[in-house]
Formats: sequence, C-alpha cells, structure tokens
Amino acid sequence: MTKHHTIVTTVENKPGVLARVAGLFARRGFNIESLAVAPTDDEAFSRITFVVDVESAPLEQVVKQLDKLINVVEIVELDPTESVALELLMIKIEAQDPSGLAELIESFEATILEERGNHFLVTMTDDSVRLDDFEERLRPFGIAEVQRTGKVALRSLDAPER
Amino acid sequence: MKIDGGRALIRSLEAEGVEVMFGLPGGAILPVYDPIIDSSIRHILVRHEQGAGHMAEGYAHATGRPGVVMVTSGPAATNVVTPLCDAYLDSVPLVCITGQVPYAAIGTDAFQECDTTGITMSVTKHNFLVSEAADIPQVIHDAFHIATTGRPGPVLVDIPKDIVDPNNPNSALDWYEPTGHALPGYHPQLDGDPADVAAAVDLLLASERPVIYAGGGILKARAAESLREFAELTNIHVVTTLMARGAFPDDHALALGMPGMHGNYTAVTAMQEADLLIALGSRFDDRVTGKVDGFAPDAKIIHVDIDPAELGKVRLAQAAITGDAKRVIDQLIAELRRRGESGADTSAWKAKLSGWQERYPLTYEQSEPGELLKPQYVVEQLRDHSPEDTIMTSGVGQHQMFASQYWTFRHPYTWVNSGGLGTMGFSIPAAIGAKVGMPDRTVWSIDGDGCFQMTAQELVTASMEKIPIKVALLNNAYLGMVRQWQEMFYEERFSEVHLSHDLPDYVGWAKSMGCEALRVESPEEVAPAIEKANDINDRPVVLEFRTDPREKVFPMVASGQTNSEIMVHPSQDQPGAS
Repeated sequence: MTKHHTIVTTVENKPGVLARVAGLFARRGFNIESLAVAPTDDEAFSRITFVVDVESAPLEQVVKQLDKLINVVEIVELDPTESVALELLMIKIEAQDPSGLAELIESFEATILEERGNHFLVTMTDDSVRLDDFEERLRPFGIAEVQRTGKVALRSLDAPER
Repeated sequence: MKIDGGRALIRSLEAEGVEVMFGLPGGAILPVYDPIIDSSIRHILVRHEQGAGHMAEGYAHATGRPGVVMVTSGPAATNVVTPLCDAYLDSVPLVCITGQVPYAAIGTDAFQECDTTGITMSVTKHNFLVSEAADIPQVIHDAFHIATTGRPGPVLVDIPKDIVDPNNPNSALDWYEPTGHALPGYHPQLDGDPADVAAAVDLLLASERPVIYAGGGILKARAAESLREFAELTNIHVVTTLMARGAFPDDHALALGMPGMHGNYTAVTAMQEADLLIALGSRFDDRVTGKVDGFAPDAKIIHVDIDPAELGKVRLAQAAITGDAKRVIDQLIAELRRRGESGADTSAWKAKLSGWQERYPLTYEQSEPGELLKPQYVVEQLRDHSPEDTIMTSGVGQHQMFASQYWTFRHPYTWVNSGGLGTMGFSIPAAIGAKVGMPDRTVWSIDGDGCFQMTAQELVTASMEKIPIKVALLNNAYLGMVRQWQEMFYEERFSEVHLSHDLPDYVGWAKSMGCEALRVESPEEVAPAIEKANDINDRPVVLEFRTDPREKVFPMVASGQTNSEIMVHPSQDQPGAS
C-alpha cells in the first residue's frame, strides 16, 4: 500500500538548492510524486512542496535527511485534515463533438482560456482528486495535452496551534 | 583595506587557525598558491590529490582539528572525491578548497572544468561555489563552522579563478573578518532532552544484561573521559566499534573490545544477548549488526547521536536522544547521581561475559619454522615493541582487522582508519597527516600489499617533507580479504586476487622513495626490525613482512548471517557445536 505525504520545505534561495534536494531523494531511494518550487514573500527563501510516496517510518527519514541539508531552513509535514492543498491543471481538448463540454467545464468551475472552433484550452485549480475526476470526464471529448503543476499547500486557518 | 581574493582566502585560513594544509597546485588555483609563500601556513606538497585528502583526514583524526586540502579544478577535484566520501562516512572534519575555471567560463566545458559542487554534493556535509570575491571570508568562516560542529564532516569550497586572480578586477574586495554565520538552516542540537535522558536512565536501571555500544561519535565529541566515568559508575561493559578503538581502554576491566563482522566472540555475543544496548555515537552499521532482523533480538535500545537522522534509521530506539555524546553522557551521569543510583544488578551477566572471554579469546596458530610469518604475530610484536601512545593507521582489509584485534588501544586518537567507506590505500597518507599533526608521537602505518600499491607514492612526500612515519607492510602477495571470502564462500575459486610477494620489490621501491627499508621473513627478525625502525627518526621506514596468505581473520560473521552464527577460530570449539 502506498501513502502520500505532503512536505513543505522552506529553503534558502541559493544556487543548487533544488539539485541538493532532488539528489537527496534520488540517493536515499525516496520517491517524489510531485514537486513545486516558488519564491516566498521573502526573497531570501523559496518554498519547495513535495508529495512523497512513503510508509510512515521512511517518512521520518525523509524529513530528517532533508533537515540535514544546510540550505533547508524549515520542514513541515502537512496533515491533509489540517491543510489546504491545491494544484493547477491546464488541458488542451480537441473535441470531435463538443456537445456537453461547456456544461461539464462549468459544473467543475473550470475556466476556458482559449477557444478555437472545437479546440479548447481549459484550466482548473483544485485538489488533486477533483482534478483527476475532471480529467477523466474530459477524456471522452479528446484530450490533446495535459499539464499539471504538482501540489502546493498551506496549513489551514482552522488547524490547531502547534 | 583592499585585498585580492587569493590573499583573502589564505588570510581567512590563517584566521581559522590553520597551521598546515595538504595540496597540489594547478592552473585554476594558481593565484591562491602565490600568497602561500608569505603565509604562516605550512603546505605539504603531495604526489596525488587523493593523498592530500587522506593526509588531511589523518591529521583531523589524530588532532581533532579540521584537515585542510587545497587542489586545483577538474581532475584534481575528482581525485579528492574518494577522501571526501571517506570523510563523509567517518564524520571527519575537512575543509577542501578546489580551484574552478573563471566564473564566466563555468558550463562551457572549459579546460580542466568539472562540475565539482555537483559531483561532491552527495559526499560532503555541504559545499559552496563562491561567485564573488567579497564572499570569500564569510564562506571560509562558514565552511569551518559546518565542518567542525554538529556531526563533523567534509565541506568543499569551489573557487573560480577570476575572483582570486589579482590581475582580474573581479578579485578585489574590502577585507573583513566575519562575525557570526548566516546559516538559518543549521542549528546542531547539543544537549539531550531531559525527558529522554530520564527515560534512558529508567531503561538502564531496569536492565540486567546491559552493554555500552560506543562508536566513533565518542571520539568526535572528545567524550572518552565521560564514557569511562559513565561505564565505571554504572559498572557496564563497553564494546568499542572499529571507529571507536581507543575511546575506551582495552586493558580496562569493563572493556569487551571490538564487535562486528570480525569482532571478538564476547563483544559480538554480549551485544547479541543483551537486554539493553546503550548506543553512544554509533550508528548500527551493517558490519556491526550483521543481519539486522536477527540483531540483538531481546535488547531495548538507548541511542544517543548528534545526528537525529541516525536515530531510528536502522533500529528503533526506546530512548532516542539527539545530542553531543559528551554532553548527553554527562547528563546521564548527573541523572543517575541525582537519583542516587549507579546501575542495576548485573552480577549474573558479568559472570557470563567473563566465561565467554575465557573460552573464546582471540587466537591464532604460530607459524612453523620455515613458514611465512603470521600477520597477527607481527601486530603483537609491533604492539609490544612500540611506545604505548603510538598512533596506528591502517588501510582496509585483513591487516586492518588484525591491527584492530591485536593492538591494545589505551588512549583515544591512537587509531586512524577508514571504516565506513573502506578505502584501500588510506593508511600511508593518513599516517603522514597524523604525524604532521602529532610530530612527537610514533606513527605506525600498518598496510597490506594491495593497499600499499595504491598510495605508496606519498612516501616521496614523507621523505621530502621529513615526516618520519613507519610502515609495517604485511605482504601476503594477495588481496587478502577478498581471498578469504573466495576461499570460504566461493569454493576456493581464487579469481583475480593474486598479487606477488616479489613484484614490486618493496624494499627497493621504498628505498628509491627515500625511505629506510628492510625485509623481514622469520619470527626472530620481527622484534629487532621493529626496534630498529622505532629508532629511526630522520626519514620514513618501511618494514616488509612476508606473511602467510592462507591466514584468515577470525572470528567472522558471514555476510547476511545473524551475529548468533559467529564462526570462531578453527582451533576453538565452535559455539553450539558441542
């Protein structure tokens, strides 16, 4: 059985940091499910959000080994029940028959970015499960290309203080 | 004050208290070598960059101070990868400065360019690629801080040529002495959590068959005295791993010696049958545990380590304490004293231990007249005819195990070897580094013929720099440990392990490198040769001992077996056999 954990790390914004993190995952045999990197409000730091696929004991190793990297400043493992996690999907549809497509897009509160005849470029931001669902429902229409960002997450306002 | 990056680099090293560094110049690092002429730092010019790395390790092992290496870019940087990895696995504090092509040329496949920080990322505690001359003083200050604090390790600083070349305007900076460190992600935890310490003491007081499992962290934390106080207070026996030989005196009544694949029967079996292992600065290495699933099945674990990632990595601990070994041992002692306790009643256990010690001492059979020397005999004679505080360095293989088994370690920092990486060729350069750091001590490098041929060229360095180390070369004409495995586990099918007793001519080779050299072939010649070597202090000495290739290291726990399946010397009754 696989289990997914979301780990949010704050790292120093230094050259090679992503390589250090990715290299650590590779050589310790940890599997990255998705990864997203972006600057924070403080330009000295970036945030790397991972989804890792591990059992609970190795997860502790992942966190401890990450923590040993000098440029990693903070690591938070987000409990799905105490956090908000979102992912962005972009999808290109080349429909033979677009009937029902507009309704489907609307029902998922997705957005049509471009439209050229029966070709659509659609985007949606939501949790991964709903994105999977949306993608599946679009499949019969004819998916030409899909791009997803990987998850980013923050602790929920309702999460207990720690 | 304006200064160029090269001078700033040397000045920064001086400011860190560096007295000696080991290196070899080349194109990209040339500008940094110029100010060395005017520096107080002694530079030892090696013959191969790997030698520089192992010398720096030997220096660090023997003195506790960080070893410093300086080499150029490209092939020089790749040549230090092995010592960096060695230092990483054995937690040796090193600072390695590598030259790099000019910053603007990085990524263009320039002459002698390699991605040094990329290549060394996984074998260093941290590395830096310095982009501006003004960063040099701070980066060097940070590099020494990272290398020497927390779990020590190697740190590499890659320096592009343009920022150290006085002919390049990029190299100019205003000199400053850094104050403090801008390392927001680096905060080693030194003191143990008092609740964990108390939990550990609870376990200790409840145990009936406790063993202290002391590792290399004892030496790194300068905790040998605290360890002794703790062992004596609690009256608990101590095993010292390969990395901890000397951390607890072998002639102490509570000493059990080395555990592991070639550990003595009592040390191995005591751990195996213990109900409590007190792991202090040790990491449950596979060479100690044997098959992990069957390791110390009844033992609860107290695990103390400066590196939290070691806690629970291999074996779950009932009391896991992150902290510096010395500080945590002192906390344990204080907690025991506070409770007015010393330890549990372990008298039955002690009787068992002494029974094993009596029944299964380390043993070998002396050679018959006319036969080749026994390597164990050579180590015993070295031990008996050298000063008590001799520093012994070793390569990797049978000679390393014989040295660890048959030497009597009485003092910390007298044993220097390559444990984690198992780097053949470590011994000679490590001995040179140790002798440079501890010039008043006798330094013996014990080496095998396979190892000797990997790094012997550094004896030229030793001769030129007047570093009078002594080498005991156990020449058995084989890659002995591989031969042993092939004999025992590959039906005596000896594949590519035969070297030669006579080729090269070791004595002639050693003499050509400026050493005094002697060949020793019979037991009665051994002690006089050692005494002669001990009297020579103006140049290196190589004693070539012709040893018996059939000799195997015992006891042995075969790979993949549990420690309960330990094989003792064939002359002894196998445990459980009768």
